[in-house]
Amino acid sequence: MDVLTLSRIQFTLTISFHYIYPLLSIGLGVMLVLVEGLWLKTRKPIYHQMARFWTKVFALTFAIGVATGIVMEFEFGTNWATYSRYVGDVFGSALAAEGIFAFFLESGLLAVLLFGWDRVGRKTHFFATCMVCLGAHFSAIWIVVANSWMQTPAGFHIVGEGMKARAEITDFWAMVLNPSSMDRLFHTLCGAWQAGAFLVVSVSAWYLLKRKHQEFARGSLRLGLMVGLAASLFQLVSGHSSAQGVAKNQPVKLAAFEGLYETTPNAPLTVFGWMDEQNEKVIGPKIPGMLSFLAHNDTAEPVAGLREAAPQPKDRPPVNVTFQLFHLMVAIGFGMILISALGFLYFWRGSLFDKRWLLWLLVLSVLGPQLANQAGWFAAEVGRQPWIVQGLLRTSEGLSAVVKANTVLAAILLFSAVYLLLFAVFVYLLNDKIQQGPEDGDLIPSGKLALPMREGA
Amino acid sequence: MNFGPLDLNTTWFILISVLFTGYAMLDGFDLGVGALHLFTKTDEERRIMLNAIGPVWDGNEVWLVTGGGALFAAFPNVYATVFSGFYLAFVLLLVALIFRAVAIEFRSKQPMRWWRRMWDAGFSGGSILSSMLIGVAMGNIAWGVPIDDRGEFAGTFLGLLGPYPILIGVTTVALFMMHGAIYSLMKTEGPLHDKLRGWINHCVIFFIICYAVTTMATLLYVPHMAARMRANPWLFSIALVNMLAIANIPREIHHGRDWRAFVSSCVAMIALMGLFGLEMYPNLVLSNPDTAHSLTIHNAASSHKTLGIMLAIALTGVPIVLAYTVSIYWIFRGKVKLDKMSY
Repeated sequence: MDVLTLSRIQFTLTISFHYIYPLLSIGLGVMLVLVEGLWLKTRKPIYHQMARFWTKVFALTFAIGVATGIVMEFEFGTNWATYSRYVGDVFGSALAAEGIFAFFLESGLLAVLLFGWDRVGRKTHFFATCMVCLGAHFSAIWIVVANSWMQTPAGFHIVGEGMKARAEITDFWAMVLNPSSMDRLFHTLCGAWQAGAFLVVSVSAWYLLKRKHQEFARGSLRLGLMVGLAASLFQLVSGHSSAQGVAKNQPVKLAAFEGLYETTPNAPLTVFGWMDEQNEKVIGPKIPGMLSFLAHNDTAEPVAGLREAAPQPKDRPPVNVTFQLFHLMVAIGFGMILISALGFLYFWRGSLFDKRWLLWLLVLSVLGPQLANQAGWFAAEVGRQPWIVQGLLRTSEGLSAVVKANTVLAAILLFSAVYLLLFAVFVYLLNDKIQQGPEDGDLIPSGKLALPMREGA
Repeated sequence: MNFGPLDLNTTWFILISVLFTGYAMLDGFDLGVGALHLFTKTDEERRIMLNAIGPVWDGNEVWLVTGGGALFAAFPNVYATVFSGFYLAFVLLLVALIFRAVAIEFRSKQPMRWWRRMWDAGFSGGSILSSMLIGVAMGNIAWGVPIDDRGEFAGTFLGLLGPYPILIGVTTVALFMMHGAIYSLMKTEGPLHDKLRGWINHCVIFFIICYAVTTMATLLYVPHMAARMRANPWLFSIALVNMLAIANIPREIHHGRDWRAFVSSCVAMIALMGLFGLEMYPNLVLSNPDTAHSLTIHNAASSHKTLGIMLAIALTGVPIVLAYTVSIYWIFRGKVKLDKMSY
């Protein structure tokens, strides 16, 4: 295999593994702020127990997120050196801001969140929890901004020619607020909230099925379902708005998402199907006019097809792959709304705990956001191909000039071995934590937390 | 962002030096504690050592992440050339850092002997390898690496393992071990504390030997790394501060003033990095043999505008970072006590 294919495999491998963890940290971070806030407000010991238990799970996801995150930063330089030279001027300030505002905040105050229970007062601890959660969200902001700039570049000009050409920033805020960044940020964050909430839902539902830690599980399940349902509904809104942005700014990607070859008004929406890329045909049930309506709020408005938007096949992404990934994401998105709404309905009626089939469904629900997040990220990145920076730099032009195929292959093998081990250890320890469950001792706060609250403490 | 006549390229050279010095001072003791880890024997001793760095190692490693990010942003050509040129070395560094991080996190989560032994080895091996590789990278940057007329690295992986870079690598391990030993002295009490006190002298002697050999090798074989000092003899005062700070460490330890020994060790690191920076300036990576291809703060930099934006970001962010870093060290001051949240 050539360096390009190998480098893409390496990046795919490392990013998809990494992408499991920060999302869980962001989502669980929100859950931690909620339970600890509720504890401060209501003083109910059950919330303290919940905070302690979910903090342990959070610590696990955070550790792997940090360890695998450094790889991502280094890989821009090791495998994509030409790309780094090209975008460094623009991309760099976002990355520097991420380090200074996000990473320091989350990893610094994580110390207080994890080890500070007996050392600081309740309010200080709650403040640390909020800051860790905020830091995790900040880190999403800057990385999504940088990635969105690769989708819809703005606020820059090109300096130099040929091999020496690079993008230089002209307007920082135009770069940060490029046409897709806010939509995609919100979309990513909703996915993260779902990932965290449904992990909580899943573990709680499992306890209920096994008739263990019932009070803890009910409390966690209620909160998880509320956040999960809210995030799933927001996700629908943000997904729609994000797709309208793609229709406007990246017509080739939209055409690949929807498998549309011919530019046409009253464009149909293919619900599911298969792309025949050779003959440029789509096989599958269609809803007439729906795509035009979704993309432009008007069935009469034409939607650009691949033949018009990218006449040359070399300017198109792999259409079938993009189509399938996008549709998988959308299908799971609707599934999550359905599952959380059902769970919420029966919880509200009080009969959820007798419906074992639904509890089992909730146990499995943890996989939904994970699959959808991966599929969505893949669709966004594969759909941008053959470009690494949309319209400016091709992926094949972004490689390191001096790195050989064998070297990349060695790195892939090394990373695969390490990541397999990491994943095995993660699953083992997560399972171990779940089996142990919340500790009854945590119903009674200790250390400084046990002291009666003083004003300003 | 307009900073008037300020030389932004030089400012960012200094800021990146500050970030990497911060990394050396902070994560340096984490790596040092890791290098010493296998010398401690009982499980409780090892847990105390781990928990001495427990709450802070993660934040300390961020200095490397941010230093790398700042290098990417301010000098993208250096970032691209060095990271792609030192490919295998960086992949090894990543694997070492991952193993180390995961080992800290997972070691104490299961009681089995083989489990803890395995992660102990991962933690210690990862720490030593990381320190070594960081030193080797610094050594190569000082010695000079072959760079072609496109600014790309033109050497090989094995070419990076010359005697001088390896020497700097070993010296870095020695420096971090000394630093880590002093840090763990501050965080421990009782028999372990007394044991560590006995080790400090060995660490200091090991470092001084490495340091003396490095200095001689530099003067003899890498004259360009002493050129500025020869031209400006007053710069010798920095080297003097460095030596006095190192000499002060055994003295403070002898008087039981561990905290002052730690400060001395930090001062020695600042002086060392200061000398390194002064001799390198304005080069970021020396090209050897063709010095015309060296990457400098001018030919490798981002635009004036980006450097200005980043300076504004740094001036806003860094004071906040320093404020809560100091608060966190304050919250976790004092000797390590194991409890149920400990590693």
